[in-house]
Amino acid sequence: MQPNPVIQLVELTKTYHTGEVDVHAVRGVSLQVLPGEFVAVMGASGSGKSTLMNTIGCLDRPTGGSYRLDGIDVATLNRDALAEIRNEKIGFIFQGFNLLARTSALENVEMPMLYNHRRIPAQEQRERARQALELVGLGARTDHHPSQLSGGQQQRVAIARALVNRPALLLADEPTGNLDSQTSIEIMGVFQKLNAVGITIIMVTHELDVARFTKRRIVLRDGKILTDEAVEPRSIAETELQRLREEQQAVKLA
Amino acid sequence: MRILATLRLALRALRRNKMRSVLTMLGIIIGVGSVIAAVSITTGATKQVEDKVASLGQNVISVFSGSFTGGGMRGGWGSSPTLTVDDALAIALVPGVEAVSPEVRDRNQILANGLNWNTQVMGESPDYPQIRNWNMASGSMFAEADVRSVAKVAVIGRTVADQLFPDSDPVGQTLRIRDIPFKIVGVLEAKGFNLFGQDQDDTVVIPYTSHMKRVSRRTFVNSILVQASSPEAITKVQQAITDTLTPRHRSVEPDFTVRTQLELAQAMTATAKVMSILLGAIASVSLIVGGIGIMNIMLVSVTERTREIGIRMAVGARGGDILVQFLVEAVTLSLIGGLIGIGLGMGASRIVSALTDWPTLTPVWWIVVASLSSGLVGIFSGFYPAWKASQLDPIEALRYE
Repeated sequence: MQPNPVIQLVELTKTYHTGEVDVHAVRGVSLQVLPGEFVAVMGASGSGKSTLMNTIGCLDRPTGGSYRLDGIDVATLNRDALAEIRNEKIGFIFQGFNLLARTSALENVEMPMLYNHRRIPAQEQRERARQALELVGLGARTDHHPSQLSGGQQQRVAIARALVNRPALLLADEPTGNLDSQTSIEIMGVFQKLNAVGITIIMVTHELDVARFTKRRIVLRDGKILTDEAVEPRSIAETELQRLREEQQAVKLA
Repeated sequence: MRILATLRLALRALRRNKMRSVLTMLGIIIGVGSVIAAVSITTGATKQVEDKVASLGQNVISVFSGSFTGGGMRGGWGSSPTLTVDDALAIALVPGVEAVSPEVRDRNQILANGLNWNTQVMGESPDYPQIRNWNMASGSMFAEADVRSVAKVAVIGRTVADQLFPDSDPVGQTLRIRDIPFKIVGVLEAKGFNLFGQDQDDTVVIPYTSHMKRVSRRTFVNSILVQASSPEAITKVQQAITDTLTPRHRSVEPDFTVRTQLELAQAMTATAKVMSILLGAIASVSLIVGGIGIMNIMLVSVTERTREIGIRMAVGARGGDILVQFLVEAVTLSLIGGLIGIGLGMGASRIVSALTDWPTLTPVWWIVVASLSSGLVGIFSGFYPAWKASQLDPIEALRYE
């Protein structure tokens, strides 16, 4: 028996009414994402991928079609209910990290638990935040502020923050956009590791190299799905890193 | 969201912009501080006046002969020979009257112990210490029998005792008024200065009959002191005295005045009341100004932190959470300002008190009012910015640079 899908979109549309012209950002997307999938959403700017991600992330509501997240029909929910969904079901990772400045890594990670409708004791918050940071390989730098961390480390903090409420889904919007290629591969390694333990990930990217680390690739054009196919052959972050190190070694020796 | 976590968040946000927070608070600090200082000083002054009024005695009603106005109180009283001992006896029969003392006074040079002293000699009834709420330091008050027998007995105040008997106990000794020897039977406790700066202890009290027949040779009394049975009865007794005296004094103009201690206290504290109203007005103006400052800064803060708001909303903060966060920040700001203001105001009034010898007193309820109103200012001025923050669209807020 097939498991219940995490995301089920049926003929989803999103139209912006700006002045006289209606902008059809998403024009009928049907999509199903099962638990444990690792999906890359690609497409040129204006293809509707940002709008789709905002809708999937419950930051925005669709204008047409239906969207079920973890079995819940999102289209009917009000602002507060959407906030609750974002808090409990979704972990966001942004291109610009979006960490709170002058706030320690640990406190950044604790932040989503502050808004949990179940009151989590401070002790448990601390413990869970620490665990999430360890999971992304940042166990030692919990007291550092974002300005004291490298881009890769900041993105790890952001991933830990996304994980801390144990969401059904991780949503990453260009997570490697601000990172160099080696750090990008390291971050993809973190994603692959999380995916391996069963976490569902959807990631927007425009880099083919990065998309190759996922399991499934969806390409959008003009608000519709152009292709939807399994990634073959798939890059494995560890082997890629190994190869990169060897290349660097070779350059040094030469 | 728990209130403690919100408070920590607010304190951290305020610490992040220390200078700005302090400057924003300054409006509230100055407003609350100046009001507390001024209130402390006026309350201290009022308290002092009230204490002096209380030292006149308990539930005292005074009947003066002649016309009497607030301003001319000291000059005119008792000058017209219209009040008599019979009037006093009539007043004693009025219901609600506890005690009566006809008062005759003049100044005399008195001699004793080889020394002399010019002082006020008062003729009173034995009820005098009770009416004035004045205890004996030693010896005892003369008795009703002494009044009837026109006895040559006297009770003296502390100052007279100190001046005439610096080294010995005056009780049992003799002093001479107009060459008439009076036996000292008691010494009154020290009472200090009265409202008009007169030394109340600089006095000799003798039976009014003795005063009228032996010393001043008058047939009238200057005034009549009356004690009502309770503070509630004062007004009623005052009216009853007027009603009793009016048929006895059939002149065109009333030739007597009935004054209560209450009226005196009210006249004395009227200025203080005007001051309080004025202070309240200044306080509300300065709190409004301070509140506008807070609102302004909170609006700036909301704009500055649009991105933070977006992040918080993205990870699940509801509009209400954001509203509470900024509201708590504004209230914290104004409340801390208010508390600092209270501290500074109290400090300033103590300094004034130390430098000028004015008594100061900070009433607890003013501290409560000041704290509450600075908290309210925070709520009012913080609400609009906080509401604005809570209505932000998370997508727009996240994109904000």
